[in-house]
Amino acid sequence: MRVGIGLPSAIPGVDGATIVAWARRAEAGPFASLDALDRIAYDCYDPLVALSAAAAATSRIALATTVLIAPLRNTVLLAKQLASLDALSGERLVLGVGLGAREDDYELAGVDHARRGRVLDDQLTALADAFEERGRRPLLLAGGGSAPAFARVARHADGYIHGGGPPRAFASAAAQARAAWIDAGRPGVPALWGQAYFALGEAADRGTAYMRDYYAFTGPFAERIAAGMLASRQAAIDFLRAYAEAGCEHLCMMPAVADLDQVELLADVVAEAGMEAA
Amino acid sequence: MKVLVLGGGPAGLYAALLLRQARPDADVTLLERNPAGATYGWGVVFSEQTLGALEQADPVCYRRIVDGFVRWDALDVHFRGERLRAYGHGFAGMSRKALLEILQERAAELGVRARFATELADLAVFDDYDLVIAADGVNSVTRGRFADHFGTTADTRTAKYVWYGTTRRPEVFTYIVRETEWGTFQGTMYPFADALSTFIVECPRDAWERAGLDRATEQESLEFSQRLFAEHLDGHPLLSNRSLWLSFTTITNRTWHHRHVVLLGDAAHTAHFTIGSGTKLAMEDAIALVEALERHERLADALAYYEQGRAPVVEATQAAAFESLTWFEHLDRYLELAPRQFMFNFLTRSGRVSYEGVRVRDPRFADDFDRWYAQDAAGTATPMLIAPTPLFAPARIGELRVRDRAVLALGSDLGARDGLPGAAHRAALLHRAEGGAGLVLSDVVAVAPEGRVTPLDAGLWGDEQGDAWAALVAAAHERSDAAVGVRLGHAGRRGACEPRAAGVDRPLRRGGWALLSASALPYRPGGPAPRALERGDMDAVRDRFAAAARRAGDAGFDLLELHMGHGYLLGSFLSPLTNRREDGYGGDVDARMRFPLDVLEAVRAAWPQERPLAVCLNATDWARGGSSEQDVLATARALGRHGCDLIHVVAGQTTARSRGSYGRYFLASHSERIRAAAGIATLVGGRITSSDEVNTVLAGGRADLCLVDLPGLAEFDERARQRAAAATVAPATAAKWRSAGARSAS
Repeated sequence: MRVGIGLPSAIPGVDGATIVAWARRAEAGPFASLDALDRIAYDCYDPLVALSAAAAATSRIALATTVLIAPLRNTVLLAKQLASLDALSGERLVLGVGLGAREDDYELAGVDHARRGRVLDDQLTALADAFEERGRRPLLLAGGGSAPAFARVARHADGYIHGGGPPRAFASAAAQARAAWIDAGRPGVPALWGQAYFALGEAADRGTAYMRDYYAFTGPFAERIAAGMLASRQAAIDFLRAYAEAGCEHLCMMPAVADLDQVELLADVVAEAGMEAA
Repeated sequence: MKVLVLGGGPAGLYAALLLRQARPDADVTLLERNPAGATYGWGVVFSEQTLGALEQADPVCYRRIVDGFVRWDALDVHFRGERLRAYGHGFAGMSRKALLEILQERAAELGVRARFATELADLAVFDDYDLVIAADGVNSVTRGRFADHFGTTADTRTAKYVWYGTTRRPEVFTYIVRETEWGTFQGTMYPFADALSTFIVECPRDAWERAGLDRATEQESLEFSQRLFAEHLDGHPLLSNRSLWLSFTTITNRTWHHRHVVLLGDAAHTAHFTIGSGTKLAMEDAIALVEALERHERLADALAYYEQGRAPVVEATQAAAFESLTWFEHLDRYLELAPRQFMFNFLTRSGRVSYEGVRVRDPRFADDFDRWYAQDAAGTATPMLIAPTPLFAPARIGELRVRDRAVLALGSDLGARDGLPGAAHRAALLHRAEGGAGLVLSDVVAVAPEGRVTPLDAGLWGDEQGDAWAALVAAAHERSDAAVGVRLGHAGRRGACEPRAAGVDRPLRRGGWALLSASALPYRPGGPAPRALERGDMDAVRDRFAAAARRAGDAGFDLLELHMGHGYLLGSFLSPLTNRREDGYGGDVDARMRFPLDVLEAVRAAWPQERPLAVCLNATDWARGGSSEQDVLATARALGRHGCDLIHVVAGQTTARSRGSYGRYFLASHSERIRAAAGIATLVGGRITSSDEVNTVLAGGRADLCLVDLPGLAEFDERARQRAAAATVAPATAAKWRSAGARSAS
């Protein structure tokens, strides 16, 4: 299994220097991708802008949106931005898309929340055409946990990106993505990506506080999600191994704190767990 | 810590006593609206797994409960005059009254202040407590008060049921199917005390009304049930304890806690009684809650921990319970199964027990079943001493004998040029044939150039293609005893697409062709519009199918599957979503199936009489406004009358907006329905990935053949490797194969 590391771009108060330093350290480590979350109604950076900053500071590592809430954006403009980022970074873009979980993001963007699934389906069709026009298609992953989400993966994407949870939940979702893929008559197998949060060592408590804040909109689920954050070295090692066992090809480890030493702590976990070094 | 427990059922009492045991300093008050001795249930059941958790939580309580158990290991099914028994379904039952007495006694010993016959006066008292445990049952007042926060859903079913007691004491858990003039009634009986058993009567609402039970008094209903099950009650009476007809309600909550109030047991979740897990879940909730309180200092952390731990377990149980509930609601679907197969379907209904699970529990039952299955499959009266599992029981489709019931299909995008199957086709076909599949199906082979989905699809519209396929089929026959089937199709409005590597239904950017469909509706909004077939087109398409069928026969294929599903050309006639014709080929289902049946007849006439013909049919369009269940069943029956030997059940893809779900063997229930209602053999795929899943589908009579998903090929791959190793010492065969390969390449 490859391991990616999230940019701390969704942690309030992080400055540009930290993002760039974080990206440089990740590039030197065993990580296969730098990953960015997307959210409007929160104190965080736009994922495409944050990944652009990271792109300028790196040359090897893949740059992934995990995930980009595409329906919030104008499709033509989005296609242009994605093509720009992909070209300027030396074809390192991985495009993960999803619907997000927040209605207020849709309100702010002036997009009909009720039609979001259809909008995303149509966007994926348009983006595929745009990629074709340009002659390069970045790896395209679609997320979500509902039946239409799995059908979307099978109809339009190259793979599935899970939203996070215990290894058993990942395995169950991956099996559905695979089944939808075969049912749709796609050749081969879908790429399978996962996501998890971490804040190791003494930073764990601050990480948990961030998780509660970031997921406050889910009400009581915030506690559940926060409790799932990987807070110790051993828990993270076990988790990586369990995810690899569950069939995950690429796990994006999203930081819950922006302390730079977290990159090294996680690098140590990746090595100890015996994961593929990029 | 000051704790208020609402409800004196198993969940509330157990949580209260465990809490006092863990924290002797905690002040625990329990309120129950009924008097201490009152209870309105009969027996409760526990599975063996629960008991370990109870023993750890409180050994004293555990011993007292276990002393009161009546255990059984076997399960009887009475169906159409036969009694079948399976062992290994270990459960324990006890009187609900005795259980409550034990818990009440233990709670008192541990210093719980329990007040019975006491209603909660005012929810404002919640503020006086650090924690409120709402274990006040399925109709929880507390949950109702904060319904917005808990996000409660209550799904009330239409079937009616009633709980009785009886002095009849069966040795084992007993399930009775009783067919009557009003409909099918079910009786479930299990012992829970020396001289008492629970007896549940259940029936669909319409049967209940036809039998006049909607107007019957409690006593009349009891006498009715007593008469109905007289044979099984053996002269014993049914006993009522406020036993009234009920409808089951499944309760789910988005969350189980709000501030310092937490839901437990039925207040938080219910699971249909046919999987016997209500009391188990309730008591496990109590254990988990007290453990969470011990682990976390902050109440919010503890309640989150409790919910996080319990939610997946409860969701899994509720999913299984829903499967079981659905099974009982659709009992009529299974009545035509042979009794053993009915029993197998019953045992595996919730998805928690598979074929292997049944075998582990009762090897003799499984062996007996396998013998029956193999004997039935062979159509012989000679009893078999040893028999393979259903997967390896040879199948007969028309005159074709298939050595086992695993079907593998060639993947798509194998890179045919001008419709000619090439090297990738040969490799994939031989790999599957040698890998142990009883039947290998081709990819969808087009009957005309414009009937292809993508330019890389194979075809059978010319003699050159016929020769190429003949070489491949001959090679497969030489190297294995697998049967080889061809799937003939015409893409219709789903044609002229890019290869599927980057997605499906993406119109070709260059080199596309004009599309045909039942009506001139594009597959997806904004996509290329097809032309509606005119009379002349219909004849031409029919002739194309017939010509391809003749070539397929000449090429040596053993089976022909005609594709009428997935929104392809023939499928576009069947669905009202895609057929808006007003010329006698559109309208009601009889009109919509007219052209596909014309094609079927022409193909049947062109295809060798002794070889079987299958049809791939959508069981549902997975879209609003699609074919109804009645339409599909009518079509399936008509196919049978027109010479179809096997229906390959698929679903969806009729329109770009079709949406299915992808759980374990997600098409099996559709297959089961078509097989039962149309009386025709079925082939089904859809997330069937292991031999255990194949056996579970086959043994339950859900299908006759299974199309195995490719990621599950590991075991077949292993056999393929072994055969390949064996093949290296047979140069003569290899030489033949090479010459066959050379022919196909020319």
